[in-house]
Amino acid sequence: MSRSARAGYLFVLLLAGSLAVPLAMTLAGSSWISPADIFTPGFGESPAGKIFWQIRIPRVLTGFLVGAALAVAGMVFQAIFRNSLATPFTLGVSSGASFGAALAVKAGLVFTFLGLPGITLCAFGTAVLAIFLIYFLTSLRREFSTEAMLLAGVAMSFFFSAAILVVQYLSDFAGSFQLVRWLMGNLDMVGYARPLQLLAMIIPCLVLVWWFCPALNLLLTGDELALTRGVHVRRTRYVMFFTVSLLTAAVVSFCGPIGFVGMMVPHMLRLVLGLDHRRLIWAVIFGGGAFLTACDGLARAVIAPVEIPVGIITALLGGPFFLWLLIRRREQRFFL
Amino acid sequence: MSDVLLDVNHLGYRPAGRDVLDDVSFTVQRGDFLAILGPNGAGKTSLIRHIHRILPVQRGRIHLQGLPLERISHRRLATIAAYVPQAKGYVPPYRVADFLLMSRYPYQGPFRPSGAADERRVGEALAVVGMTDFAHRFLDTLSGGERQKIYIAAAMVQDTEMVVLDEPTTFLDPHHAGDIFRLLRLLNREQGKTMLMVSHEVNPALQLAQQVLCLQAGRVLFRGTPAQLLARDVLSRLFAVPFGRYDLHGPGAPPHVYLPVEEP
Repeated sequence: MSRSARAGYLFVLLLAGSLAVPLAMTLAGSSWISPADIFTPGFGESPAGKIFWQIRIPRVLTGFLVGAALAVAGMVFQAIFRNSLATPFTLGVSSGASFGAALAVKAGLVFTFLGLPGITLCAFGTAVLAIFLIYFLTSLRREFSTEAMLLAGVAMSFFFSAAILVVQYLSDFAGSFQLVRWLMGNLDMVGYARPLQLLAMIIPCLVLVWWFCPALNLLLTGDELALTRGVHVRRTRYVMFFTVSLLTAAVVSFCGPIGFVGMMVPHMLRLVLGLDHRRLIWAVIFGGGAFLTACDGLARAVIAPVEIPVGIITALLGGPFFLWLLIRRREQRFFL
Repeated sequence: MSDVLLDVNHLGYRPAGRDVLDDVSFTVQRGDFLAILGPNGAGKTSLIRHIHRILPVQRGRIHLQGLPLERISHRRLATIAAYVPQAKGYVPPYRVADFLLMSRYPYQGPFRPSGAADERRVGEALAVVGMTDFAHRFLDTLSGGERQKIYIAAAMVQDTEMVVLDEPTTFLDPHHAGDIFRLLRLLNREQGKTMLMVSHEVNPALQLAQQVLCLQAGRVLFRGTPAQLLARDVLSRLFAVPFGRYDLHGPGAPPHVYLPVEEP
């Protein structure tokens, strides 16, 4: 089988798996649902049916959206910085969001606006503030430099982390516990309102990333080559930075920071499928979604009825697998 | 349409108060082959970086196809001038054919993806540079000479009126350098492309070029034909080392070459 045929085969397999895994995960949890039950009449009215339709499906949907969004954000950050260590959280967007959440918890903000809870709105607000601060710090220099942006982002990240610790230190026991649980990430959503809100924020960002995929391909060949083939390099970097930062901000303010998906999934798929972002983006969307729903299914099922925070599973499961993949490949030539 | 393709007028470039380019003016006619010669640090690379809008024009003006350069978008510029960089440094592991296809970027959009015509162009360009067998190799596994040929093929796929080369043979052995120069002659004479080449290889440059521009410390030292350059002994002044003419004898050899003279 030729290499390109093999890549195509893998691609189809991945897409099929990415749809099968979330479907299977709707059955897993503290109470298992048998597939046969779903098709029995009156299932919707039974307790199992309520769990299935009002808790499992929204949760799997949320997991899929969050996984896909974080993985795409990671893919784009890795491309615009030409660095495989870049993640959606490298630039401090998620620490910004977490700081907002911490403030909301400390202040005891319990309100909803446009159907969104105060903690989500605060988190999103501070994340957007962080994005503009990074942009402002980067544009202080006359020439755009990815190093300056990375350093500004990392500095912001440390700053917000420290600020979160201050808020946490000053909080009472209950507030501190609530915040720690928020920081571990959480996909628990009842009903369809919040997954749909999330979807509405994610879709435009994904379309914009898809639009820029050929430019991202050229960006990997170096700024000069990209520029002389017609890519407006600076504009591409800024548009992509804002797009995936907003994507990250939306996801983190809804579900808290869920690590590792954004770094590992795009990197892994790039090793398998190659560098062409026009193909990679689909694999990353479905692979990221499937990976996070699988991790979340495990988080619910392993020591049921106790749930492990999903971020712990992503790191415990993904870390070793990622290392195995790295060691198995002799040549490390995808990025510097 | 005028015959002047590129018109550089009083171009200056002063980063950090040092004159890298100072009052550089010249024109390039359609179909010309212009060699840009000069010692290291003379501003040759800065000059071609301005032509490609990698550096913004701050002093003076550049017109391309009669339009001020700053009014030509990067995408449009990429349909007029192709850039062939030096074959050194990091390249991502794209397959050669995929990499070449990416040179069609300025003609494409989200709803205008590459098609059979683009792939045919890639095949033709690979055939011209004699690298058809390399279509499925990874770019980062190629030698310097092979990579340089792929970069030239990429410029052909880009289908531009002008091709700009930055020291295309600096890291190549004489055999591969010879291949490259033959390709450049073909691009200029048979495909009618306007060529701008920065080079340190004086003899091939003088054989290929119809026009020579000599830069010294950011200023134009000489503009003219290779014959005028040799008649005025510009090379010795340009490189601050006396050049002499050495006659060659033998089948297939050029009649003479110009080399620095050894000091006694």
